[in-house]
Amino acid sequence: MTNTTAVKTAKLPTSTAESKKSWLSRSLILPALIFGIVLTQIPFLVTIYFSLLNWNLLKPTEIGFAWFKNYISVFTTGDLVPSIIATVSITGSSVILSLLLGLLFAILLDRNFRGQALARTLIITPFLIMPAAASLIWKFSMFDTSVGILNWVVTSFGLPAVAWSTDLPLATVIIVLTWQFTPFMMLILLAGLQSQSKEVLEAAAVDGSGALRTFQWITLPHLRQYIEIATLLGTIMLLQVFDPVAIMTKGTGGTKTLAYLLYERAFIGLDVGQAAAYGVVTVVLTIIVATIALRTLFKVFMAGGSK
Amino acid sequence: MRRLKEFLITSLTWLLVVLFFFPVAWMFINSFKSENDASSSVPKFIFTPDFSGFQRLMDRGMGDYLAHSFASSISSTVLVLLLAIPAAYALSIRPIKNVSDALFFFISTRFMPAAASILPLYMIFKTLGVLDNISALTLVYAAMNLPIAVWMMRSFFSEVPIEIVEAAQIDGANFRTELTRVVLPIVLPGIAAVALICFIFSWNEYFLATLLTSNNAKTTPPFLASFVDGRGLFLGVLSAASTVAALPVIIAGWVAQKQLVRGLAMGAVK
Repeated sequence: MTNTTAVKTAKLPTSTAESKKSWLSRSLILPALIFGIVLTQIPFLVTIYFSLLNWNLLKPTEIGFAWFKNYISVFTTGDLVPSIIATVSITGSSVILSLLLGLLFAILLDRNFRGQALARTLIITPFLIMPAAASLIWKFSMFDTSVGILNWVVTSFGLPAVAWSTDLPLATVIIVLTWQFTPFMMLILLAGLQSQSKEVLEAAAVDGSGALRTFQWITLPHLRQYIEIATLLGTIMLLQVFDPVAIMTKGTGGTKTLAYLLYERAFIGLDVGQAAAYGVVTVVLTIIVATIALRTLFKVFMAGGSK
Repeated sequence: MRRLKEFLITSLTWLLVVLFFFPVAWMFINSFKSENDASSSVPKFIFTPDFSGFQRLMDRGMGDYLAHSFASSISSTVLVLLLAIPAAYALSIRPIKNVSDALFFFISTRFMPAAASILPLYMIFKTLGVLDNISALTLVYAAMNLPIAVWMMRSFFSEVPIEIVEAAQIDGANFRTELTRVVLPIVLPGIAAVALICFIFSWNEYFLATLLTSNNAKTTPPFLASFVDGRGLFLGVLSAASTVAALPVIIAGWVAQKQLVRGLAMGAVK
């Protein structure tokens, strides 16, 4: 895409017109660029500065330079590793589960049946619902020990009731996130299924290829690009997840993600310096994951754009 | 035999769809129950409708929180559009050198966690006295949504045939006419999709709202979260609050499903 436009613009005459044009382009991008820099890049630099300070809001008179003291305590107090594990396990399992469920729904909805549009509409709803509301509804009307539907189902099969939120906090967070992100995965994968060429599928059927073989050799390779996009976008969104942790578990039982840990340090512990250090470490870790993800994403997008 | 198979698959599909949708339906049903019915240990599917939950929401000031949510979501969406439309136009229709650098920069800021910038912003807003103020939320939400908006809009703009733009330029159209008369009408559905998604993300946002607001500008998500510490029976009123809070986005999403898919996949899915 970029190549073809470059060729087209090159045809237009004279270098002054050209430079005037590029000046206009730059001035159109500039406001957005400045806005982004002022509200995200500069504050990040300030965060780095904060992370070198000895600054607790409870002791406002004792602000001073602490060099790497905050970083040393980040790496030595033993909160960081469990938090990384929590973030990775919550993100990883939610992405994988919602991808599988999303694929199942996409395959089921790719058929013609009565009420197909209604079924799709119902399935996308969990993604639209306010995450705070979703967490609350699951906590109090699904997982609750006395009035929750899940325990009503479990006990009507004669099994003992389960204290979901206290005994299985990690599972409750993953269940809610999977429920919320399945529609997102499903929408992208369904778009992928529907973009398959009908002729190829018919040809495969005529050649006597069974449904499973057709899926494995034709549909899956075609879906690969869509699965990649869904995985990358899902991962990036889920890495920053905060709502179900804050509302359902308050970081207990191995659910203290990096986002929640930072919140706890800064706004409950009121330790600005240490919270900033956690922020910087979080950003560095996210950048490592995101750069790998983004490079791939960028390749996929650029390849997709040239079609 | 074949029809039986089709019938079974369709039935299975519907069974799964209903199970998957059930929590939403249950939230909706519970919002019309009295507190005693909502908290019954054997789920009640038949009950006399009770609207007092909605009444109690209004008594607790939910109207104000909804108004704050609307104000911050709409103003940040407008701000994002004002910044993103010219940028996306320049990036796709009048490309300059280093386009992909600029794009990469934009998209990377979105994936930087809020952790990176929230502390200094909090301090600055506190110093300026705009903590607990809609304008602070508006700015932060706009910064949060700008990168995705630029990215998505670029993909919509790149579908404008370059020939049309050139023809307009040759006919002597100046930049403003070119943008408003030629390009904008073509990309209008795309802009609507971007606006919808920015609105949804701002409306649903909880982390920043709970940090930056306390009372004067409190939005709906922190209000909902305050139910966590509730005492006594509150499932009915909680369900009513959740229903009211989720409804605007659910309806908007149902109506604009197609645009939503393309927008969410950031233009990668046609």
